[in-house]
Amino acid sequence: MFFNLPFIVAALLVILGITTMLIKRNLIKMIMGLALVEAGVNLLLVSIGYRAGGIAPIFTSAPDGVMVMPTVQAMTLTNIVIGIATTALLLSFVMVIYRMYGTANAEKVRKLRG
Amino acid sequence: MMQELLLQNLPALLLAVPMLGAFVTPLIGRASGGARNLWAVAVMLATLAVAVLLTAQVLSSGTVVYTFGAAAPDLTVPADSGGIPIRIIFAVDAMGAFMALAASLVGLGVMLYSLASATRSTGQNGYYALLLLLVVGILGMVCTGDMFNFFVFLEINSLAGAALVASRVDKGVAVEAGLKYAVLSTLGGLLVLFAIALLYGQYGALNIAVIASRMLFTPLDQIALVMLLVALAMKAGAVPMHFWTPDAYSMAPSSITALLVVASQASLYGVFRVVFTLYGLTLDYATIGWIIIILGVLSMFVGVTMAIPQKDVKRLMAYHAVSQTGYMLLGVGVGLAVLGNQQLLDTYGVIAMEGGIFHIINHAMYKGLLFLTAGAIFYRTGTRNLNQLGGLGHSMKWTMVFFIIGALAIAGIPPFNGFASKLMIYESVFLFNPLLAIIAMVVSILTLASFVKVFHSIFMGPRLPEYADVREVPAPMIIGMALLSLLVILFGVFPQEVVDLLITPAAGALIDQGGYIASVLGGA
Repeated sequence: MFFNLPFIVAALLVILGITTMLIKRNLIKMIMGLALVEAGVNLLLVSIGYRAGGIAPIFTSAPDGVMVMPTVQAMTLTNIVIGIATTALLLSFVMVIYRMYGTANAEKVRKLRG
Repeated sequence: MMQELLLQNLPALLLAVPMLGAFVTPLIGRASGGARNLWAVAVMLATLAVAVLLTAQVLSSGTVVYTFGAAAPDLTVPADSGGIPIRIIFAVDAMGAFMALAASLVGLGVMLYSLASATRSTGQNGYYALLLLLVVGILGMVCTGDMFNFFVFLEINSLAGAALVASRVDKGVAVEAGLKYAVLSTLGGLLVLFAIALLYGQYGALNIAVIASRMLFTPLDQIALVMLLVALAMKAGAVPMHFWTPDAYSMAPSSITALLVVASQASLYGVFRVVFTLYGLTLDYATIGWIIIILGVLSMFVGVTMAIPQKDVKRLMAYHAVSQTGYMLLGVGVGLAVLGNQQLLDTYGVIAMEGGIFHIINHAMYKGLLFLTAGAIFYRTGTRNLNQLGGLGHSMKWTMVFFIIGALAIAGIPPFNGFASKLMIYESVFLFNPLLAIIAMVVSILTLASFVKVFHSIFMGPRLPEYADVREVPAPMIIGMALLSLLVILFGVFPQEVVDLLITPAAGALIDQGGYIASVLGGA
């Protein structure tokens, strides 16, 4: 029954992240919600790649057994890197907004309308 | 020898040229601004040349497949892999080549225009580098044959786009628009990745052709389809996920807005690729087709009704962009709804799809042109408010001519290109469902009404004292706009030639799922 646990946690993390983005009013907390969604997707990716009893595909003095193709692990690493870039960009936007508006409250950062 | 090497590696060059160009741009910019501008234009010209060559290759010899890192570009399936293409593969069919051509044409116009329009702002090194990176993102999305690769280019597209939207800080308002765009794009990108993970978990592959050949349309696939459609339709700016478009389009520098339109269409291409190539006949095409049609009709109608009361000229044009996206969704959606029925497909389905696809390139041209004219007006007057503008017809004659061309094209008046594609959509959709065609025509009339109003308030009337010293914009901006106007007129005067040359193969490539799979997996 614990086999599905990582998938359930991944889905929970995504839902939690999206909820955070919707209900929090602080821009930095909204970005934290986005980071939660990203963590959930990463967890889903690595748990899909897990094979019980498989060994890492490193050929130097490898033990006997089935090697696991590391595609999803590579995807996860890529997504982590992309996530860092995105979060940095978003946080720098918030910095500029705070400097210009004097607030990071999403209710008050609303000069665009219509 | 050299030439052969070049022709063999066109799909890789299509990305390598602008990417290298983007990263070298700031280095050259440290030495001299003039050299950097020259370099950026040269890179864009080279990219366009590669895109033209690639399109010619695709049209003459069918889908071009390029395997990265393999001994030869067409060795898609390594001998010892058990029939699975492990490497990243680019599969450029007629549809992808068509999109790449459209993107690089608009890119060149934007680049020329930027030479003058960006001169007043700081941080130009970053501006040109990001502009080229945005082009890389768009070209990558339309060329790749790999789902994860698609996601990576989608993120490049979003990040470069968001940074450019925010680049003219404008007391923080532009940054607010950039933040909105970046947050939504990232969330959309993560949804796409989630869907890719679901597909990989079931089929053990990332290659679009492999997944398509194994597609079973299980409940998990349906969840993945919904996630992909929601995320990509949001990036394409379709109602009801359109709320970021007016903010991002109006606050970005005008040159960038013209390119953002193409970036949105790359996501639209993603929608079409997913439903036609990835899922194809396995999905309930009538239902999904109708969903796309309804999204299209809503986009058309909501977009144009929101556009009419706008006071900010770029915001108004942004809502029209939402509205025009609806035409493309409508045309291609009708094609999807009759996908399984060869007879209906022959009677009107294919023509509807051709109309929708033709509208993509036409929209990129005339909407790009309109945003550039709005930028020209802002460049000289410093305002985008329609109530403050007036009488500019006396001093900005070229801009006025370009604006008229763009406005008539978007309203679907002959002999401009908007008419050609809209006529194809009206005729075929009328056979499918007369009511939809009538809505499409009404929206066109409202569009015309809205642009007559804009034209009148910007250009007509007596010369206003506050704009007494307004002159025509510098030559590079005129050249950029002239390039796009020329294409608008050419495509409008010779629509049949364009359709035969580019559009029919593109629509055929979308429908022919088996051909796409065979070109990658080798007839298996």
